[in-house]
Amino acid sequence: MEEFLKFDRVTKSYGSLKAVDNVTLNIKRGEIFSILGPSGCGKTTLLRMLAGFESPDTGRILLDGEDITDQLPNIRKVNTVFQNYALFPHMTVRENIAFGLKIRHRPKAEIDAEVDKMLAMIQMEACADKKPNQISGGQKQRTAIARALILKPQVLLLDEPLAALDLKLRQRMSLELSLIHDEVGITFMYVTHDQNEAMSISDHIAVMHNGRVEQVGTPAEIYEAPRTSFVAAFIGDTNFFDGSISEVVDSEYCWLDVPGLPRILVFNDKKKSKGDFVHVSIRPEKFQISIDRPQVGPKHNVLPATVEDIVYQGDHTRYWVSIENGWRIAITRQHNRFMLDERPITWGDKVFISWQSDDGYMLEHYSEKDEDLLQMPPQQPGEIGSEEEEITNTLQNIELQEDGQ
Amino acid sequence: MKDRRSHLPAIMTWAVLIFFYIPIILLVVNSFNANRQGTIWMGFTLKWYEQLFSSKGRDIWRALTNTLIVATIATAISTFIGTCGAFALHKYKSRFQNFHYCLIYTPLVVPEILIGISLLIFFMALKIELGLTTIVIAHVTFCISYVAMAVLSRLQDFDMTILEAARDLGANHWTTTWKVLVPIILPGIFAGALLAFTLSIDDFVITFFVNGPGTTTLPIQIQGMIKRGAMPLINALSTLLLAVTFVAILAYQMILKRNQRNAG
Repeated sequence: MEEFLKFDRVTKSYGSLKAVDNVTLNIKRGEIFSILGPSGCGKTTLLRMLAGFESPDTGRILLDGEDITDQLPNIRKVNTVFQNYALFPHMTVRENIAFGLKIRHRPKAEIDAEVDKMLAMIQMEACADKKPNQISGGQKQRTAIARALILKPQVLLLDEPLAALDLKLRQRMSLELSLIHDEVGITFMYVTHDQNEAMSISDHIAVMHNGRVEQVGTPAEIYEAPRTSFVAAFIGDTNFFDGSISEVVDSEYCWLDVPGLPRILVFNDKKKSKGDFVHVSIRPEKFQISIDRPQVGPKHNVLPATVEDIVYQGDHTRYWVSIENGWRIAITRQHNRFMLDERPITWGDKVFISWQSDDGYMLEHYSEKDEDLLQMPPQQPGEIGSEEEEITNTLQNIELQEDGQ
Repeated sequence: MKDRRSHLPAIMTWAVLIFFYIPIILLVVNSFNANRQGTIWMGFTLKWYEQLFSSKGRDIWRALTNTLIVATIATAISTFIGTCGAFALHKYKSRFQNFHYCLIYTPLVVPEILIGISLLIFFMALKIELGLTTIVIAHVTFCISYVAMAVLSRLQDFDMTILEAARDLGANHWTTTWKVLVPIILPGIFAGALLAFTLSIDDFVITFFVNGPGTTTLPIQIQGMIKRGAMPLINALSTLLLAVTFVAILAYQMILKRNQRNAG
């Protein structure tokens, strides 16, 4: 595929802080490309450099073969949907949308026709003559999109466009954005800190952290095959298993030795050799949890565990269990069947967790800091743990875990 | 049962009304009083108004013209500089910004008499002849601060990304300024200009120091006439000014109402 939009080794610093650190990205024509990362990761700076509000210290930005690094923002064929919409408060919806064409001195008939088309697309004909303070958040959002799209930009930049909306509206607008994208066929560059948004809307995602791009890939690639512990922990939730390889079974599998646990079979996707220390990410939904020891095939691992915490969420339940070496494992269990008939798994139950060795993924880079991103219930014995036994259990777990670290 | 509410609010209300409005009412009544001293009512007359518009009132009208010229020019200049200053103060984050704020604030708190004296010394040192020019310069110096404060308060709620949005949509600096920035902060600019105009018309202390022979403004002219005992003329003039002010306020209210109706 041809290169349409390219960030070529772009770096931008503010004082001693490197906001964007040697970022190279290739974005295809017509796709929705998301930049996903926590606040302060440099994603907004990257977007502002593309819009022309910041210029990179080093590196180039190329759009459709043209170097736009030093172009003024009003010359660039990119338009932005701002986080707070930045609608002109003194103009009506119609005037806001017409602004870009008006300052280009297009004939009035043409402007009117274009604006009407946009109003129809965003279904805002009824509000055309209202001022921004008289319309709802979702409507402001649509107006901002129409105002940017009317200029038929080569790239539409969206800076956290749904952040200010409530959950239901956010979900609907995210669908609407996809529809609008299908209709206009313009390349979207979408900046967000919300992984769900990025997953649901994007063709490709670049995950950014501390000014660097950690991984670029399709949503499924990013989720299933995270390159680093940051990506694994930031997108969705996961569990980290780390240990040294005690034996390479064949070209595909190897045994992992974790102190305090029986050896674990893992899929050796990185072709590591005996003695290497590896980190494996296993997503919560890859685990099975059962009260009886499950009958499993040879590629499965089974570990006994104790249930520590349960969060029922309707369609699924999240369990936190502690395994023999004190690690806490998050597990999600989908309720495909009518759940009230089952014997429920409850706090303190001795259970078995099992997973297929193919379902883990070895990380290229691991940082212990990223474990803070994992969802974990607090470890203090709560008020419910009135029985002495439970308290000692928990305390032992804490001690074990501290030893393990 | 007896009502035990305090009488204080009622007393306060009446006291305020009496202290504020009795003098004004007396002034209006006396402007139609045939008695020169104004101590007792000696019948209705319009002769003071006649005198005001005859050759006796020539100095007053000249002073009024001076005042209006000074106020208009001073307002125009100070509104422009004050608005630019406010925008620079709001937008740019410089190390000296606190110092700049102080510079803008200072004229609001420095006693007027100090500004007057210092300006006079300054003009004398530069050998600038006292006249309308010096009055305009003096008025601009203190009006800038008021305009800047009014515009700054408007800019406080102004979202700077709106300017970026305009740039993003293809507007150059000039278009951004005139089509987006100025219309949005116009109420602030307008309030500042109105304040500057009122202050300039009203100003006595500073003008007193920097005016020259033949270039008196209305407040100074009136003060001089009181000394010479031309009270009835002043009463008539004040009544006219009062009428103009009332009309202006009424017009403003009507415009405001119409704008609200249009917006709503």
